[in-house]
Amino acid sequence: MTATDYERAPSVTVEDPSSALAEKLHGMWETKPGFIGWLSSVDHKEIGIRYIITAFAFLIIGGVEALIFRVQLSWSNLHVLTPEQYDQLFSTHGMTMIFLYAGPVLSGFSNYLWPLLLGARDMALPRLNALSYWIYLCAGIFLYAAFAAGFGPNDGWFNYVPYAARAYDNGPNIDFYSLGMILLGISTTVGSINFIVTFLRMRAPGMSIDRVPILVWGTLTASAANIFAIPAVSLALFLLWMDRNVGTHFFDVPAGGQPLLWQHLFWMFGHPWVYAIVLPAMGMVSDGLPVFCRRPLVGYTAVALATIATMVLGFGVWVHHMFATGLPNVSLSFFSAASIIIAVPSAVGVFAWLATIWHGRPVFTTAFMFFASFIVLFTIGGVSGYMTGSLPVDWQLTDTYFVVAHLHYVLIGINVFPVVGAVYFWFPKFTGRLLDERLGRWNFWTMFIGFNLGFFPMHISGLLGMPRRVYTYADGMGWDWLNLITTLGSFVFAVGVLLFIANVVISYRRGQVSGNNPWDAPTLEWATTSPPPPYNFVVIPTVGSRHPLWEDRLGGKTEQQSYPHAGLVLDHGREAVGTDPLDATPDIILKMPSDSLAPLALAIAATFVFVGLVAHWWWLAALAAVATGATIIAWLWPEDALGETAEAHNG
Amino acid sequence: MAVLSPLCGTRASAAAAPLNYLTSFGRKADATLPLTWGVTAISLAVIAIITLLLCAAIWRRPGFSLTAPGERREVILESGGLNWLWIGVGLSSLVLLLSVVWTVAVLADISRPAVKPAVVIEVTGKQWWWQVRYLSDDPSQIFATANEIHIPTGQPILFKLIGGDVIHSFWVPTLAGKTDTIPGQTNETWLEARVPGVYRGQCTEYCGLEHAHMSLVVIAQPPAEFAAWQAHQLQSPAMPSGQALVGMTDFGMRCAGCHMVRGTEAAGTLGPDLSHLMQRTTLGAGTLSNDPQHLAQWVSDPQGAKPGNLMQKPELSETELAAVDAYLRTLR
Repeated sequence: MTATDYERAPSVTVEDPSSALAEKLHGMWETKPGFIGWLSSVDHKEIGIRYIITAFAFLIIGGVEALIFRVQLSWSNLHVLTPEQYDQLFSTHGMTMIFLYAGPVLSGFSNYLWPLLLGARDMALPRLNALSYWIYLCAGIFLYAAFAAGFGPNDGWFNYVPYAARAYDNGPNIDFYSLGMILLGISTTVGSINFIVTFLRMRAPGMSIDRVPILVWGTLTASAANIFAIPAVSLALFLLWMDRNVGTHFFDVPAGGQPLLWQHLFWMFGHPWVYAIVLPAMGMVSDGLPVFCRRPLVGYTAVALATIATMVLGFGVWVHHMFATGLPNVSLSFFSAASIIIAVPSAVGVFAWLATIWHGRPVFTTAFMFFASFIVLFTIGGVSGYMTGSLPVDWQLTDTYFVVAHLHYVLIGINVFPVVGAVYFWFPKFTGRLLDERLGRWNFWTMFIGFNLGFFPMHISGLLGMPRRVYTYADGMGWDWLNLITTLGSFVFAVGVLLFIANVVISYRRGQVSGNNPWDAPTLEWATTSPPPPYNFVVIPTVGSRHPLWEDRLGGKTEQQSYPHAGLVLDHGREAVGTDPLDATPDIILKMPSDSLAPLALAIAATFVFVGLVAHWWWLAALAAVATGATIIAWLWPEDALGETAEAHNG
Repeated sequence: MAVLSPLCGTRASAAAAPLNYLTSFGRKADATLPLTWGVTAISLAVIAIITLLLCAAIWRRPGFSLTAPGERREVILESGGLNWLWIGVGLSSLVLLLSVVWTVAVLADISRPAVKPAVVIEVTGKQWWWQVRYLSDDPSQIFATANEIHIPTGQPILFKLIGGDVIHSFWVPTLAGKTDTIPGQTNETWLEARVPGVYRGQCTEYCGLEHAHMSLVVIAQPPAEFAAWQAHQLQSPAMPSGQALVGMTDFGMRCAGCHMVRGTEAAGTLGPDLSHLMQRTTLGAGTLSNDPQHLAQWVSDPQGAKPGNLMQKPELSETELAAVDAYLRTLR
């Protein structure tokens, strides 16, 4: 191999899936069989599916936790749970849903879909991708090991000090939570870096930034935000851990520490994070819904810009979580105004989706129903957010069940509903089979009715003054019937989720065979086989518009022609094409890494650093830190095949 | 509909749901309520409009039927969609801007009271009860109570809020919104009751095991009645006799480390001041109603009704318990 290998002009050909070229690529890119092969895979599709399955496992666990405490809350003065059990359950439920389900499930979709949407062979940094999954899994196990041992978090997911300080919360619960969350933050950070680099360098030739699907904008925006937001919370958690274990005083009031420092650092992360776990889901709707309206999305540019605008404004509203903390009213009023105005970019999305349906013609699939109903749930979650943005009103609403209702409409309405719709939409791409539509109707209506029955009454219990996070309440407060309805609704909703899981399991084995493009959709992922081959595309597609597979039917509306089945041949080992950040002009051939056990080894070594820290086994932490360093060196050791050695360049 | 009747905003609905903030009985809550209803109405209208538009969009023309996977269909090229964005986003922005103006106007109105408050009350949030001190420039006029705050009607009351251990939040919804009590800083809020009444409040910042049992009441009285109450609070309870006198000694040995009774040697500050305990309506910050049976139950087994609270089971024999009970019942 020589340096010129990166700048050679590859030949151009028309794709033929049964060709010798396809067979050769298969040999180069396939994940090796066997357990070791499985552990070392860096294929973005493998990793994406693992992310999605793991996230759904956490969704089910978190859901069961919620059902248990909904029984406790279904009437006044019940004693199903002790206060401590209740506190650990509601805290673990929040941690699970927000950190172990909502974010990772979207990472899973984006990991699976991005290279396919972008016409690429893989993510830019495949081994880093594997690392981000393994660390996520390890952090999840770390946090849940604590819960299983009776040391689950018990101060809510935002973990306010001084209650989280050693003086008031003496067990190892908060140490597990702090360290587990820092570990998880590493996963999110490396994953975000990978998305950003992939966006900048891995788009197929011709896919200029105004031709990428909205999901890509959503995940890109979320990733960029994570890079800025996660350091704040990781720092806060580390300071808290030091306060609890090393005797520092960052949050220790008698020694001059500041409880509000925690709240600022947490919400500077927390609010952008809320957008990070909905914007990609909104992107999935923006891409999926138009397919079932048989037309391009109305207002592509406006929706893409609104995505970014939401996130930029999202960094300026964190104080609305702190309206009651006694900050000066003048400064609060700025955050109040920003929290109301942030609804403007959301309105862009809502009217774009409505217009897309209005000016299209719907195909009544289950996916369409999930996407369309999402518009209503998004609106409900949006307007309740607007209400809490109004400062004097928020002084009443905050920390009541109204906020609980709001955040569940946001997280279930804007994350779970689009995600389930997205599974109906992309399942045939993942597996080559369709999910059952009949069961799908039952699934949709049970989830939709159960969700609204369960969560809408929470708005009213909130308006009637029910505080959040109480393990029980007195009778005569006017809350009993509302809570009973909420509990019933949450069980109906759970049945709906079960129907969904059942549909996935049954259809995976017996579902109707889908073919490459069952929905007659316009984007590149549907140009390859279902499921896609390990190398995604036999030849690298060339993109001339936003809808490569609809160009023949879009009349004169397409500026240039795309070639989804004809393009560059890259077969000198694992190769991908690097393109420039704006116009996606190809400028280099990238050597992609092979499968490796290094990401898994690094994740395990890093996790043991945290195990050592939480158990105060300093020797283990030190040993594991050395192992972490050694693994990084092994990982980065120059490889001939990647052109990282002098021999590779001169030879 | 019975479930929703408390939303009507009347005195009866306030009784059916005492923390309902769609009713108001004081200056500050009065000023906030129209805004609350306003943004609620706007929100409901938006939900209705979007739902109707969605239904209309879906059923405007017959949908495509499901066909075999992969079958090619036409792609619709109808234009005009961008008008939705111009009109929809334009109207939304207008409503949002007006909401900001309304919000700031209400905020300015309630930021501070019209006249300087004459009554200043210091409230300290503690796990899991409220310490209440009536402040005065004259130290002899300062007194303490717990969980039940008497105020005169028709005048603003200033509250100085202190976090005693962890963060709590002080909230009496029919009179005013929340303000947190945060260790290391003194927050201020004010409220004013228009009419006499008993207004329930509640801690609303999660503060640990018994966050659920941390309520309070504000008892608004005509100024003369309040003045009489205040004068009574400054007095020591009458000297007991008989069994109660024996109980006073036991109390001094077993309870005085945490509790204070005015005019006696009991001067503990960890727990609530019990000088006029029998004037209070509840025990354990709203956990139990304050009657002889519950009082005996609470003293003999404080962990029973409020598990996890910081009062330990006192080391008292049956007779001693009875005597302490008798003594406590004299604290009027």
